Amino acid sequence: MEKLIYLDNAATTKTSPEVVNAMLPYFTEHFGNPSSVYGFAAANKEVITKQREIIAGVLGAKANEIYFTAGGTESDNWALTATAEAYESKGKHIITSKIEHHAILHTCEYLEKRGYEVTYLDVDENGLVDPKAVEAAIRPDTILISIMFANNEIGTIEPIAEIGRIAHEHGVLFHTDAVQAFAHVPINVDECNIDMLSASGHKLNGPKGIGFLYIRKGVKIRSFIHGGAQERKRRAGTENVPGIVGLGKAVELAAASMKERMDYETELRDYLISRIEKEIPYCRLNGDRVKRLPNNVNFSFQFIEGESLLIMLDMKGICASSGSACTSGSLDPSHVLLAIGLPHEIAHGSLRMTLDEETTKDDLDYVVDNLKEIVAQLRSMSPLYEDFVKKQEKNKTEA
Amino acid sequence: MYTEKVMDHFQHPRNVGEIENASGVGTVGNAKCGDIMRIYLDIDENQIIRDVKFKTFGCGAAVATSSMATELVKGKNIQEAMQVTNKAVMEALDGLPPVKVHCSLLAEEAIHAALWDYAEKNGIKIEGLEKPKSDIHEGEEEEEEEY
Repeated sequence: MEKLIYLDNAATTKTSPEVVNAMLPYFTEHFGNPSSVYGFAAANKEVITKQREIIAGVLGAKANEIYFTAGGTESDNWALTATAEAYESKGKHIITSKIEHHAILHTCEYLEKRGYEVTYLDVDENGLVDPKAVEAAIRPDTILISIMFANNEIGTIEPIAEIGRIAHEHGVLFHTDAVQAFAHVPINVDECNIDMLSASGHKLNGPKGIGFLYIRKGVKIRSFIHGGAQERKRRAGTENVPGIVGLGKAVELAAASMKERMDYETELRDYLISRIEKEIPYCRLNGDRVKRLPNNVNFSFQFIEGESLLIMLDMKGICASSGSACTSGSLDPSHVLLAIGLPHEIAHGSLRMTLDEETTKDDLDYVVDNLKEIVAQLRSMSPLYEDFVKKQEKNKTEA
Repeated sequence: MYTEKVMDHFQHPRNVGEIENASGVGTVGNAKCGDIMRIYLDIDENQIIRDVKFKTFGCGAAVATSSMATELVKGKNIQEAMQVTNKAVMEALDGLPPVKVHCSLLAEEAIHAALWDYAEKNGIKIEGLEKPKSDIHEGEEEEEEEY
């Protein structure tokens, strides 16, 4: 297939060539274990510290508050389970939302089985968590609030600063899963009162298998991976030096271009949204129109199913994703789309397209032109659409 | 993920459409699970399936199994059509991923539901045919939603 339009940057991004080039010497040349004594290996300790400084700088944090992990999922697991253990004597109550990533939700379920209580907050029809609801859910035994910075499916950006302020006022720790937001939108951990923050390399043109957890100084947190003294004894295991270097480079590049990228992607995003809304009937934009990641577009198309849509887009060289059950192997559609109140069959017919700085307006024109045809084709073979049309005709004759 | 045959039937589905004044119509599945299949049968006086059409809301496998099922019953008499099981549909498609096996069951049920409708309309009994269990009307209230 010649044409390839990649609109699944929320799933993963292309590792940028500069990142790969920065990493390469750390495989073959500077391969030493940073914990070793001899100079050429020990130099890698400095290299790691440098990356920590870059990342901390972007967040307004201190270098020794950045802990490298194997990615967003590990960071989320660590933040939740280790905090739960460390603050057990204070209480066993955790507050989160219904639209978190499974790395949070399934960890919460794991904790529930171990005697913790979790409040899963509802969201509104745009996927926003109400800070007042967060405040109302706080109890004397609440030890942690974990709300994602931005949702991975519908792109809604949560009122993190407000929630952070509430958490801070009540003396409750605040964690945010910023996997989709970090280096895509500005985040300052002090301004938002964030105590812990998860991020991942491969969502920002860095390598896969590397991420970090920001842990504010003073937060009691147990180690999650036990072994050597790496990462201030909190995360054992020989450092993934090439990965860390790649992550550092990716963050440096992303931070430097963030402003222009946001402007560019927002313009393209809104162009895509407006063309779809104008040209494809019976669709709904999912997620908040304004408080939204610059690169996220998520639509539901009534009467059709998401997997069929994805396969047909794939045949046209377009890569996207869906909240359809069929793409996940379960019968239930996305928990996020159900949480914002979509009926099952409409949630099944959803399409997520996530852009990047390489996406062009021409790409999006090609996508909409094809999408229009595909949606019409799938509707022409949908019994739900047939019923809908017949009902409309009947109503017309009756009127 | 899908075999070539599944992809072929998904990309070029056979017998898509409706039959006006069909001898039997069957709709199975529900929107909750993301699959709805509707089969139209045109059956002649010798109980031969002269024509068959389908409409499906569902994934690639749901479309492909509906398409294959219509191919397998076309031109058969109703007793032969009863022999078109989900296994036969799957084999004809060179297999389905395990999570999609339910689509082939739905295709079998859709054929049976259409035959049931035909049998009821004509006051006959078809050997081995049972009343269809799943029904589209379970989800009807939710279908009112519009955007």
